[in-house]
Amino acid sequence: MRAQLVKTVLETMKNDERVVLLLGDIGVYGFREAFKQFPKRVYNIGILEQASISLAAGLAIEGMIPVFHTIAPFMVERALEQLKVDFGYQGLGGNFISIGGSYDYSQLGCTHHCPGDVQALKTIPGMRVAVPGHSREFDAAFKTVYANGKPTYFRLSERSNADCHMNGILRAGTQGTVVVFGPMLDRVLEACVDLNVAVIYHTWAAEFNPAWLQNVSKKIVVVEPFYEGTMSYDIQKAVGQAEIHSIGVPRKFLTSYGTIEEQDEACGLTADNIRARIKEHINV
Amino acid sequence: MGGGHIPSALSILDIVWALYDKVLQAEDRFILSKGHGCLALYAVLEKKGIISPGQSYGKKDSILGGHPDRNKVPGVLASTGSLGHGLPMAVGMALAKKIKGESGRVYCLVGDGECNEGSIWESCLLAAHHKLDNLFVIADYNHSTDRAVNLELLTEKFSSFGFSAACVSGHSHLDIYNALDYRPARPVAVVAVTVKGFGCARMALPEWHHRHPNEAELAEILQELS
Repeated sequence: MRAQLVKTVLETMKNDERVVLLLGDIGVYGFREAFKQFPKRVYNIGILEQASISLAAGLAIEGMIPVFHTIAPFMVERALEQLKVDFGYQGLGGNFISIGGSYDYSQLGCTHHCPGDVQALKTIPGMRVAVPGHSREFDAAFKTVYANGKPTYFRLSERSNADCHMNGILRAGTQGTVVVFGPMLDRVLEACVDLNVAVIYHTWAAEFNPAWLQNVSKKIVVVEPFYEGTMSYDIQKAVGQAEIHSIGVPRKFLTSYGTIEEQDEACGLTADNIRARIKEHINV
Repeated sequence: MGGGHIPSALSILDIVWALYDKVLQAEDRFILSKGHGCLALYAVLEKKGIISPGQSYGKKDSILGGHPDRNKVPGVLASTGSLGHGLPMAVGMALAKKIKGESGRVYCLVGDGECNEGSIWESCLLAAHHKLDNLFVIADYNHSTDRAVNLELLTEKFSSFGFSAACVSGHSHLDIYNALDYRPARPVAVVAVTVKGFGCARMALPEWHHRHPNEAELAEILQELS
């Protein structure tokens, strides 16, 4: 997805001279072409996230379209108030593209983990959150909304599904419903391969389409790549009475290191784990 | 209770008046980063005809409240109140002017207590690094938060962050004009020494920070101010 990030932003900058890219001292080499082509609109802004986001708001006040890219915990958790007040409350447009959500930086430890970003951002009215599961989903989502005058968070992942999907019902089933977000999809499809359950996929984390849940089982399992329970409120609000069970990152510090796959195992987020938990909840 | 910060407004009233009366040009911008001083801004905006006279304050449907709202108040460019947000926004506005090749300056008024915030100094790093000579920061130095963190040599602090810095009386319009009539090739900081609650002796006391006078006190204060 990082290669797509560079490609998408560069294309957008070529087509729209209002776009200004701010890098939190990451991705500088990857964006070297952007630095060459647009020296007045690309900045390695440094490691000062709070000022960077307010600065981005100042750019937006003056009619520019800021794109800020850095690591998830430093963008969201350190600078949450700047996102809330300067963009949410002021009603300004901006694009915030993170990497390192949940435990993508598994070997760097808890200071670099960020399973709570989406839950935190969902407290900001008007903040949209995209959780693309494929590079082309990011490209489409970014190009659709980058200039819409609203704040949007794009949560890029180190992992990608094999195929690009649109939001919606991917497969039918009658005994239960699995709602899955972003890069969890391939594991869910593997887990549910022979189960009689509907699978509904979402790239956008803060907008739930109730129509998709009207004619499916109200035994619902949510599979989310961030803290478990992050999407439960939205889904409960959309469907009303339902049994909802969440499978996501456990709400505890993951104090071990290792690979992303080893953290998946520890968090119960492998395809086998997910299958067992879906079968237990839906009783299929 | 808690409806506004009159002493903070009196601290900055001369600065805001000086800006709107003689300094600000059509292409310039002003951000009141210490948003709790907004009563001074409202008074000046009304005097200059930018907002209509007789506005209510702090009522449910008022456009004027305890902190300025850019989506309600004409002439207010940033919704401030949470300290440490206005200056980095001003830096972004100054940078945007550079990117677009536009003339004009961005003025930003911060409080000395606000200078406790790390984002103020983050902003100063950015402004100096990007040589934003169109940015003018005015720091209201009324010493009201010395009891928490004494900033001591504030002018030198701005200088050490790469600003062209000067210290003036924040109640002398002439000093303020002169300090801002300056065009170095780097951002400017004017440390404006002020008195909290200027013109009203009792309001220098901490207990008045966001207290409203009762009717008898108001009569006495108006007498004192006149």
